This record gives sequence, C-alpha cells and structure tokens, in this order.
Amino acid sequence: MSELFEIDNLQIQARKEDGTPIPIVKGVSFKVKAGQVVALIGESGSGKSTISMATMAYCRPGLEFPGGEVRLHGKNILAMDPQDQRAIRGNNVAYLAQSAAATFNPAITIGEQVTEAAVLHGTLNQEDANKRAVALYHALELPDPERLGRRYPHQVSGGQLQRLMAAMALVSSPDLLVLDEPTTALDVTTQIEVLKAFKKVIREEGSAAIYVTHDLAVVAQVADHIVVLYSGEVQEQGPTEQIINNPKHPYTKRLMAAVKPTPIAGMSELVDDRFDRDKPNIEVRNMTAGYGGIVDGKPVITVLRDINVKIKNSHVVGVIGESGCGKSTLARVMAGLLPAAKGEIFLDGKELAPDLKDRSREELQKVQFVYQMADTALNPRQQIGDILGRPIEFYRGLKGKQRREEVAKLLQLVELPIEFETRYPSELSGGQKQRVNMARALAAEPEVMLCDEVTSALDSIVSSNVIKLLQKLRDKTGVSFVFISHDLSTVGSFADEIVVLYAGRVVEQGPVDQVLSPPYHPYTRLLISSVPELRVGWLEETMQKREMAVGIARGVEITDTGCPFYNRCPIAIEGTCNVETAPTQEPHPDHFISCHRTMEEITEAENIPQKVLHGFEKAAPEGDKAAAAAH
Amino acid sequence: MQRMVIERILIGIVTLWVVSVLVFVMTSMLPGDVAQIVLGQSATPESLAAYRAERGLDQPRVFQYFAWLGNMLTGDLGTSKAGGATISSLISGRLYNTMILAAIVAVIAVPLSVALGLMAAMYPGTWIDRSLTFGTLALISVPEFFIATFMVLIFAVNLGWLPAIARVAPEDTFWESARGLAMPLITLIIVVAAQMIRMTRAGILNVMNSPYIEMAILKGVRRKRIILRHAFFNTIGPIVNVIALNLAYLVSGVVIVETIFAYPGLAKLMIDGVQTRDLPLVQATAMIFCGTYVILIILADVAAILANPRLRNPK
Repeated sequence: MSELFEIDNLQIQARKEDGTPIPIVKGVSFKVKAGQVVALIGESGSGKSTISMATMAYCRPGLEFPGGEVRLHGKNILAMDPQDQRAIRGNNVAYLAQSAAATFNPAITIGEQVTEAAVLHGTLNQEDANKRAVALYHALELPDPERLGRRYPHQVSGGQLQRLMAAMALVSSPDLLVLDEPTTALDVTTQIEVLKAFKKVIREEGSAAIYVTHDLAVVAQVADHIVVLYSGEVQEQGPTEQIINNPKHPYTKRLMAAVKPTPIAGMSELVDDRFDRDKPNIEVRNMTAGYGGIVDGKPVITVLRDINVKIKNSHVVGVIGESGCGKSTLARVMAGLLPAAKGEIFLDGKELAPDLKDRSREELQKVQFVYQMADTALNPRQQIGDILGRPIEFYRGLKGKQRREEVAKLLQLVELPIEFETRYPSELSGGQKQRVNMARALAAEPEVMLCDEVTSALDSIVSSNVIKLLQKLRDKTGVSFVFISHDLSTVGSFADEIVVLYAGRVVEQGPVDQVLSPPYHPYTRLLISSVPELRVGWLEETMQKREMAVGIARGVEITDTGCPFYNRCPIAIEGTCNVETAPTQEPHPDHFISCHRTMEEITEAENIPQKVLHGFEKAAPEGDKAAAAAH
Repeated sequence: MQRMVIERILIGIVTLWVVSVLVFVMTSMLPGDVAQIVLGQSATPESLAAYRAERGLDQPRVFQYFAWLGNMLTGDLGTSKAGGATISSLISGRLYNTMILAAIVAVIAVPLSVALGLMAAMYPGTWIDRSLTFGTLALISVPEFFIATFMVLIFAVNLGWLPAIARVAPEDTFWESARGLAMPLITLIIVVAAQMIRMTRAGILNVMNSPYIEMAILKGVRRKRIILRHAFFNTIGPIVNVIALNLAYLVSGVVIVETIFAYPGLAKLMIDGVQTRDLPLVQATAMIFCGTYVILIILADVAAILANPRLRNPK
C-alpha cells in the first residue's frame, strides 16, 4: 500500500552562468498520509516554497530537478510527460499562494477563476462547478455566496480573497492541498479568520495538506506533522506536539526563540536618559486627512480624523491597527507626502508646512521615511555606496573621501560589511536590503524616522534581528522612531509608547506598559487576543472568547458618526456608541482611551452581557454597511 | 467611469484648442506676406491694402485668430490662394484617398500584428519568436523611404509587375485599384506592424511574470489559454495605445510614402501648401492631423478604461 504522497530524496538546482550547478534543495524526503496536514517550516531561502511547487512537478524558470522522486499515489510525477503533469495540477494537487491579491487575475471574474481548474480538467461542467463554488463560499463563510462569483478580485477584501483562493484550490476536490504561507501577509485578526476556515474545510473535505510557513505559532494550530527545513535540507521532523514541546535540533530551537511573544506589559526595555527625552520632537495636532481632494475643508474620502499624537525626543512610538486603519496615511502626512486637510504638524516646536514641496531642505532632512518594501525602495541599478552617498551629499554637502567615510560608518552602524559599498541591491538578502533601506534614511542624520511596516515582509528570525538593530540605533543616535506595524508583539517589544489607530481615529494611546495592561480599549483587547500563541489548541480556545465572535467576523469600516468600532465591539451600547463620538478618558497620566464605557466597565468587560447587534450575520460586511448606513 | 471618459473628452477638446493656437501662431510666423505673394511683385500699395482689408489681414492677430477659429468651427475652412478654390473642396478628395489607404492598412495590419505578437509570446525563444523578433527589429530600423524605394526598384522597375505610381480613380476596377495600391499598402503595413508586433509581445511577456500567471500554470491551464485569457486582457491598455499612435501616423505621417508613390493624399497636400505659402490650407490640414491624433488617443484611453475591470466596476 503506497502513501498518498511522498517526496523521496528530492533535489532541485539552479545553474551559474558557466553552467556549474548550485544546489537549492539537497535531498529532502517526507511523506503525507491521507487526511494529514504536514507543515514545512523554515525561513526564506530554506527552499520551502521551491519544494511546495515541486509537489506539482513545477519549478520556476531557471531551476531543474536533477534527482529524486515526487510520488503521488505511488507514481513518480517528475518522470511524467508535460501533458500528464498538467493534468495533475489544479486537479489532484492544488496550490494556494502567499498573496491572494497578486494571485487573482485582476481582469477575470472570481467565479471564472475559481471554477477554471475543475472545468478545464473536465472534473465538472461549468454549471456543477458553479454550484460547487457556491457551496464552498458557504463553507468558507464568505459574504453573499450566490453573487460573489460575478465580482472582480478588487471588489472583495484581502481576507476574503485569501479564502476565495482556498475555494479555487478545493473546487476540483484535490487529494493534496499545498498552502504556501497563506496567512503571512494578513492582519492578526484576519489570520485567525482564515486559519479557522482552512482548518474547517480541510477537515470536512478530508484532503491531505502541506502547509508552508515560517511561523511556528501558526503551524502549532493547523499541522499534525512538522518538517523543519534549513538551506534545502531537512533538519528535524516529527509530530507537532513533539517538535513544539521538545525540539531537538538547534535550528528548531532558534525558530522557537523567534516566535513572537504575547504582547504584555513590561516586554519593552526602557532606554537610558542620555538624550533629552522630554521635549516633543514631532507633534500632530487636530489633524484630519484623506484622499480625493478637499471639499468644504474636508477630504472627499476622510481617512484620519482629529489625530493628536506627540512624539518626544528619541522615543519610539508604535502605531498599530489593522490594514485600512490609516497607519501609513499618518506617516505620509508627517512626511508631507499627503498634505493634511486640517490641523498642524510641529517639528521641534516649529510648524511644518503641510506639503513636502513647501518644506525647507533642513526640515526635509530631519524627517525621513523608511518604506516597507526595500526591494522597491532601493534603485536596482545603483550600488549601495551610491544609494547611501546620495543623501549624504544632498543633505550634508559631503563629497569624495568624506562621503565615502560616511558611507562606511553607516554600513558599520547597520552591521553590514564595508565591501557592500560596491554591491547592487539584488545581490543582498531581504534582511540586508532592509538594513540598507534604514541606513539610507539615517544617512540624512534625521531627527525622526518614519518606519512603515519595515519588518512585515521579513521572516521571524530576520525580523527580530532588524528589531534588535532598531533598538541599538535608537540608543546610539537618539533618533525618534515612528514605527508602524500591524504586529502588536513587535511593537510591544521595543516601543516607548503605543498609538492604537482604528478606522482613522486614535482609540487608545499611552506608554507601552499601560496600553498592554488593563484597562484595554476593546479594540486593543481584540488585537492582543489575536496574536497566535505557540501551543496546540490555542486557535480553538481563542475562538471561544466572546470578543472574537463579533471582532473577527467583521472588518474595518470608516464611519462618520459614533465610535467606529461599534459594529465589532462586544460591549457596545446601542443608541450611544453608534451615535455619539466616544469621550476620551485618562485612566493613567498620559494614557488615553476613547470609549463610552467607564474604565471599571472596560476592565470587567467579561461581565457585561453581550449585546446582540441587529443585522448581524457572521461574515456579512454587506449587511454591516447597510446597518452602518441606517444609523 | 463615465466621469473618467468625459474627463478624457474634455482634455481632448482643450488639447485641440491649444493646438489651434499653436498652428495659428506658427503659420503666422512663417516668412512672407500673403498679400504680396498672392498679388505678386508688381502689386500697387493700394491693391495690397485692399486685399488685406478684404481678407481681414489688417486686423489685429487675436481678432484674426478668432475669426479663423469661428470659421473653422462652422465648417468654413477658407479659400485657397490658388485660384480661390475652397479649401474644403481641395481637401475632401485627398482626405478620401488618405482614409482609404489608412483604413485598408489598419484592417490588415492590426489583427495581423496582434496575432503575430501573441504567437511570438506564446512560444518565446523558439524559432517563430526569434524570426519575428529579428524581422521586426530589422524592419523598424530600416527607414520607410528605403523600403518604399526598394520595392519600387524590384516590383516596378526590375520585374514590372506593379505600377510605380499609386493612383486610384473611381472608374478603376477592383483589380486595378488593388494593383495601384499594393506597394504603398505593403510598405505601410510593414512600417506599422513591426512596432505593434513588438509591443504586443513585450506587453504579454511582461504580464507573464505576474504571480497570477504562475497560479494559472499551477492550476494546469494550457499555455494558449493562459496567453489569450489570462495575459491578453491585462495588456489591452498598452496595446491599444500603440495601435492608436500607429493609426494616427497612417493619416498624418505618411508623406514620404505618398511622395515616393506620388499618391495624392492629405500629407502631400500639406507639404504642397507649405511650399506655395498657402496658409489657410496648411492650417486646415494641420488641424485635421491633430484632430485625428486626439480622437484616436481618446478612443485608446476609453478602450483601456473599458478593458480594466477596476475602472469598469468600482467597489
């Protein structure tokens, strides 16, 4: 009796220009039994995505299979001819990619894309495929299943697209599902929702799955068996319980150490007072901003409302919230990329022009922006020395030898070897590029660095190294950081203060230890509860919690009246929260919470009977919109 | 979406107006006094003044401009200095000739080049792709007058199969017209197709690197369907723009081809107008050319908007 699926001594290699092979995957073997979920875990470069595509006998252009076998029902699919391989893809083995937003074709309706594989392979005719798709939309708790297929990918949210991709993979009832980092790019709250849906569907469909990720905490929730990979080799494999509770290999232990801790008070190290840390460095007062031009003193699409944020000298302020809450918009307003419609920005007590082009060179120098994607922020045709040298010359007027010395100092500061000066960005790893990206901002000797999700695209180990570097930079340079992230544990580990943004408003703000301890704003509580913990069974436990029931099912929606969190809040008061703007309370000095409930009620939130929201159906944002419009 | 289309049309109208100012200013800056040229060296000052008064040439330039613009908008393109024939009558025949040539070229070249571009993209690196890439590159690099002259040399002079001069007359049979137009048609098809083939191929291959194409491969979709269904619809925007530019070229930029084959088209009429300082004629043809460009570009933009589901179906 053969296994359902087996990878046996698989090798994958690339070739240098002169034809010498570079091994990428060096003899990997593992098995997947029917109904089993096997996790491939490792950081980027470990070959896990390459292996996951090899399950369909596919490799990216430039790669080849020199040896090993991939057996499906005992047959080696690597040895098949391309026609037979194509017949397996999307039929016997189906693939879910990391970014659903990029994986859906923007020009084709969702329904056609979801049903395409089943119809092309002849497993179902179009009509039956449509029926099956609708059934899957129901199972995945997607809104408006009957009409969803007629929409285009841009008309649904990111979390919905991710679940739609699951529908696309499941439509032809594959024997094996391959999920490649399916939740990595998502907000914590969306991640839970998607994990829950995946788990349910895998169980109901009874298909086997390979789950590829770098996040052990996620793996602990879904996998039966774990395979730990490092640089194309299996380091350790075994049942989930065993790997999580009793890791043997040092690399597995390192992965465990890089798992994000649950955000709690006291996790941040406070810095010494070498710098004058009391005077405000950059301050935003009563600021309202948005897109689409300004009509009657209000933006056409308001994103941020009445924002007041003060960042003291050499402080780190973490800005958190889900996507769509206005975090990046806040940084763009501070940088002057998006002029605010109302309100003022002060730098060292002096008012800044709202628009970048009206600011002086000195003012520009003091506020620097670090983008999320180092890949797109660094010019691929410039050497690192030029990328760093240009701002040194532009802002500080240093040339020739002095400029080179400064470049060397910067590289040292971000812990990169001096030889990198003559390299191009494409020759660097993701973490190294992100260091260069930060060094580029530091080259201007700024007072404020606006870091927009700088660790979100990085693996846990690389990302924790970047955070360590940021901590060091803060201690060494006295620069203030605005650190934007949807990841509360990262922010909690090194910020001095936290600003919690929800739907364009500050719902809670204050010193890190106070924000991360009760009383919590209900939204902060939701975010904290959504960070996965490294133990088996956490997902099920969490889904039982009351704040999850409504909080997870619904998404961010910007409202004009009342508290924007109203429709996701387990303790909202109907007739108050949806009508009046929430008052701002100050439970501790400098700690602000905007909520209608008293601090006692918030702390005792578990005891407040949960209200029933009218029009509430699970995962029905359309209903929400109607409900929000009715109020 | 409607707003975007209306915006495009308004921008087009503004562009045309700016162009009309430029055309007027530039033609007025051409050396030579119209009255002097028309009446000749022996004209008396009185007759010159009378001519100017009659044509409104003694009025301020701004006034002349608005008079000209008003006349144009009401369809009065003015009269030629040569014998006083109306410009409209001069242009209409030529416009017909140009449009016929452009239309036939477009009908053949556009589907042909999109199909060839798709074929090259479907089998990249194969001999089909290589020969198409090499052939189009060679044809783009060769100037059109060279292709035209070369064809005349081979087909008209050496082989004697086709007439060297392209002329169409209403009384010609289909076969006679086809023979007459064959060489300019082939020359123009070669010139415009090369660029459109390359852009179609490049556009498709650019999209072929997208994650959604890899996803389609991993769903087991055939390469032919990937190109035609998944890639092509995402490439329509750039392709229609190249097509529009090439069609506009067929109306206005074919003067060299018209000259070599002595084909009585609009571009040649304009050059004649410049040579004889027939300003009203130059102005009118310039406006027709600019109008063609603007209209085609608007059409391309609208087609690109319609092909983009993000713009067609807002959230």
